[in-house]
Amino acid sequence: MIALAGNPNTGKSTVFNALTGLNQHTGNWPGKTVLRAAGRFIHHGLTFKLIDLPGTYSLMANSVEEQLARDFLCFERPDATVVVLDATCMERNLNLALQVLETTPRVVLCVNLIDEAERKKIYIDYRALAVKLGVPVVPTSARNGTGLDRLVENISGVATGRIETKPYIIQYKEEIEEAVRRLEPKLKKLVGDAFNTRWLALRLLDKDQAVIAAVEQWLARQDDPAAGMAEVILA
Amino acid sequence: MGNRQLDNQADKIISLYDLPVGRSATVSSIQAEGIIRRRMLDLGLVPGTRVEALRISPAGDPKAYRIRGAVIAFRKEEAYQILINL
Amino acid sequence: MSRGSLSADLNELMQEVNRLNPGSSLKLNDSIVCTIYSRAEEITGGIVLRRGKPKFDWDKKLDDVITSRVFGFPSMLLLLAVIFWITVAGANIPSEMMATAFFWGQERLTALLHWLHAPAWVNGFFVEGIYRCLAWVVSVMLPPMAIFFPCFTLLEDMGYLPRIAFNLDNLFKKAGTHGKQSLTMSMGFGCNAAGVIACRIIESPRERLIAMLTNNFVPCNGRFPTLIALAGLLVMGMATSLSASFIVVGVVLTGIMTTLVVSWLLSKTLLKGVPSSFTLELPPYRKPQLGRIITRSIFDRTLFVLRRAVLVAAPAGAVIWLLANVHIGGVSILAHGANWLHPFGQLLGMDGYILMAFLLGLPANEIVIPILLMSYMATGTMIELDSLEALRQLFVAEHGWTWLTAVCMMLFSLLHYPCGTTLWTIFKESGSLKWTALAALIPLGIAVIVCFVLAQSARLLGWV
Ligand SMILES: Nc1nc2c(ncn2[C@@H]2O[C@H](COP(=O)(O)OP(=O)(O)OP(=O)(O)O)[C@@H](O)[C@H]2O)c(=O)[nH]1
Ligand SMILES: [Mg+2]
Repeated sequence: MIALAGNPNTGKSTVFNALTGLNQHTGNWPGKTVLRAAGRFIHHGLTFKLIDLPGTYSLMANSVEEQLARDFLCFERPDATVVVLDATCMERNLNLALQVLETTPRVVLCVNLIDEAERKKIYIDYRALAVKLGVPVVPTSARNGTGLDRLVENISGVATGRIETKPYIIQYKEEIEEAVRRLEPKLKKLVGDAFNTRWLALRLLDKDQAVIAAVEQWLARQDDPAAGMAEVILA
Repeated sequence: MGNRQLDNQADKIISLYDLPVGRSATVSSIQAEGIIRRRMLDLGLVPGTRVEALRISPAGDPKAYRIRGAVIAFRKEEAYQILINL
Repeated sequence: MSRGSLSADLNELMQEVNRLNPGSSLKLNDSIVCTIYSRAEEITGGIVLRRGKPKFDWDKKLDDVITSRVFGFPSMLLLLAVIFWITVAGANIPSEMMATAFFWGQERLTALLHWLHAPAWVNGFFVEGIYRCLAWVVSVMLPPMAIFFPCFTLLEDMGYLPRIAFNLDNLFKKAGTHGKQSLTMSMGFGCNAAGVIACRIIESPRERLIAMLTNNFVPCNGRFPTLIALAGLLVMGMATSLSASFIVVGVVLTGIMTTLVVSWLLSKTLLKGVPSSFTLELPPYRKPQLGRIITRSIFDRTLFVLRRAVLVAAPAGAVIWLLANVHIGGVSILAHGANWLHPFGQLLGMDGYILMAFLLGLPANEIVIPILLMSYMATGTMIELDSLEALRQLFVAEHGWTWLTAVCMMLFSLLHYPCGTTLWTIFKESGSLKWTALAALIPLGIAVIVCFVLAQSARLLGWV
């Protein structure tokens, strides 16, 4: 299972359509996709399920769609996450990409709209970006079909583990890092490898109610897999 | 926090709403709280960011600003909550 | 393991969190976002290069016109008028051609059934019921929609929609709602159910609900051709598509105004509250891929219309034929209903059959006109309905239509309750029976009041 995430209006649905051959609606305005869509594509005999998510500016879940996208990335744990970035607006797109890298190492960055960047005379050193961030970076122009073969190649590589990634992890100011160091081992004991504990520690420190609720639910399920009741109460 | 700054350098800090079209400035602080604050931060409005006032809606409000290469419109109420260093 | 022990561990952990970040004193969120952005700046620093400025800033030039104080609103109106004019003018000929072709097909079918010695009811049920209803829906609905939607999609792909929201936001703000409501209204042109789903882009639940309750005032795919047909009927003498499209523009503007007024009323009464925050990104204009969009959206719309026609129009045709041909006490069920509704219809400037058509059209607005035609034809003499002139003959000469009838029917069509699918979608999205009921009752109330006031004052003033 592969997820397509990214800022609104960066061309996620266009990439989705190009890869799956489906006809998800696209449009030049942020918020066109509000329901997530699923499709599949085949690469070297392997079938991948691709999920088109609504666009989000961050993973802090400030709106319902953002929460949908965040929950999907963090709790359903896709085999690989493709972050679609707008080449003309890299800083803001990296804000999301760096947040995604915090949640999972299996990431492919798809820098889309390179034709527009070119028109605006913006040039990006993709190789250097890939080295810095430690994950594959693929320049594409999804609408014209440029770069999609390499994208598929990299998605498949990351999802199957053939391509190893060493994601760039942001270090925050010392107080925060200290708190994370204290929390992480305890979290590890509690949830094991089911979640990324660094990310979880940061979210708990931020008292992110949605994440706390999700973890509670998950724990209730672990406590007693048959107990639908506990889940209902805690939810 | 923003208010104290306001006292210190009252001549230089104004709200984003008061930035004339065509001029640019850097963000000094965000006064908004809660979700709006987060949304503004996520759009890249962290202290030190350059913003340029681009245009006003024909109906008088909202105004559009260039923020890190993107064009974002804020209503008067939101723009008042963003303080900038002129 | 005992139930809840892990959850208890989590509680313990949260206490630790509170110790580590007492009263959220770490200002975690601010600090995290600031750090991420400063890293992002570092990363892009050496990697993203800007070499000079593009020669010509199209975005700025276009926005200077589209959102300008002087041309902003006029250009929006002009664009609306042009699109409708293209639609109205372009749809006429294919519509008539399709009607002729379908009618030819109907005669062949009847001949075939006759040759097979099929009983009369078979011809009635299948040909005059199902086939004819389908044929009308397709020939009335398809051509205008196959022209309107490519135009609309071109604007959408160019990046025009967010500019509409930018221009109109202040009006929506004054109505206590969100500028993105205009985006959901734009989606409503395609289908109100899609418009209701699009309301998810509005974050405040109060404003989202208002947008959902008022989406119906945008004429959807099923009502738009009805409006065009009625407008065509109105301007028959002048026979210009230009005046017909002006009427359609007027109707759409009425719908937008109603949306604003009703939104304002709702945010003063049932859904009290102040406008929430507004941030809207205006993406750069993009050159649409003309060819692909046009073929794509014509294909999409054709499929959409055909699917609805098969799913709704065909069964509706069967039901109407039965209603029109099963007689109780020498009068058909349809006529019973229409007679019963007639006084009420008269009060609203229409007649019983029109109201009956709107009632039976609840599953889908596409079938309102076909139902009306079938019930008129079942009661009158049989004519060949292959041109607008024949339609006019049927309406005016045999059923006493005046301009008031046409105008009231247009207004009622614009304002009345949303179709069944949309109501179902509103129920799913709001999760509340109460709001779903209101989504039907508020528009119905407005439609009744507007038509009543118009009809009565027109009669009082001796205009008809
Ligand atoms: N020039 C150019 N335009 C593109 C490219 N990819 C996508 N677009 C256009 O960008 C617009 C947005 O594309 P979408 O695929 O709808 O974007 P999205 O990320 O799904 O947007 P949301 O669903 O709103 O989050 C559409 O008008 C596309 O036609 C590209 O590579 N080059
Ligand atoms: Mg999309």
